[in-house]
Amino acid sequence: MEIALAMTLIALGIAATLAIIRATLGPTSFDRVLAVNAVGSIAVLLIAVYGFFDGRPAFLDIAMLYALINFIGTIAILKFFRFGTLGDHVLHEDEEDA
Amino acid sequence: MSGFLVNASLISLLTLIAILALRLHRLFAVVMLSGAFSLVAATLFVVLDAVDVAFTEAAVGAGISSILALATLSLVPAEEKPHSIAFVPAFLALATAAMLAIAVTDLPAFGDVNAPIHNHVAPEFIKGSADDIGIPNVVTSVLASYRGYDTLGETVVIFTAAIAVLLVLGGFTRPHHPKNKSPKSQSRITKRRKNGEGKNAG
Repeated sequence: MEIALAMTLIALGIAATLAIIRATLGPTSFDRVLAVNAVGSIAVLLIAVYGFFDGRPAFLDIAMLYALINFIGTIAILKFFRFGTLGDHVLHEDEEDA
Repeated sequence: MSGFLVNASLISLLTLIAILALRLHRLFAVVMLSGAFSLVAATLFVVLDAVDVAFTEAAVGAGISSILALATLSLVPAEEKPHSIAFVPAFLALATAAMLAIAVTDLPAFGDVNAPIHNHVAPEFIKGSADDIGIPNVVTSVLASYRGYDTLGETVVIFTAAIAVLLVLGGFTRPHHPKNKSPKSQSRITKRRKNGEGKNAG
């Protein structure tokens, strides 16, 4: 059990390090956004794995909420890229365009 | 052992991200790395059983702060200007860090039952939490119920601040008065609108 946990943690650590290196080097902004999203997913996995090995299934709920926050954050960043703003007037603009 | 491994990997990840964010000059990458830093820090808080703090860190640190920083980035250059080391702030930061490091050596060990903080009102809360509140997580029951009025006050303050910021920035008036916007912030949208009108006319 301990060895399985250690191996999982090491694998997740390597994955997180690679994602952070990509976020640092990433030639385009989208590489960086995707890399930070990957770091968030690894955080979700880490919480789930830790909850499993610690015998606390409630951690799965936390992991799911994290996944949602991560998703919304990525959407917000990408939306900001696309429109340069986050407010609802973007919708008005779209309506006008349509 | 497993707890040590989790903490060690999380803290080394945090250190790695912090050093990389300091070394980078491209500001967008720094914003993205600070978002990753918040997510890893939130995971550390979850491991420390402070779930509410972790949620706040994930939502505010990784979500709102990144968006605010991105909004700022649209007004400033994309690259950090090269600058020499500012000695007075560096000295102040190092002195504070040294004082904190000295203070840490004087703290009781992590999880020490004889630490003063565990012998004041904490035993009452820990004993009564399950009967009084009925939430399995003691941190949550303290935050949401035992000091519920404090949390309510905080929420009111943050809500008021949000309303004030929206009023100052005029977030509500923009859609109806697009001409009041500053030229810089409207440029992209105006371009799109002109294109759209051109298409309609054609």
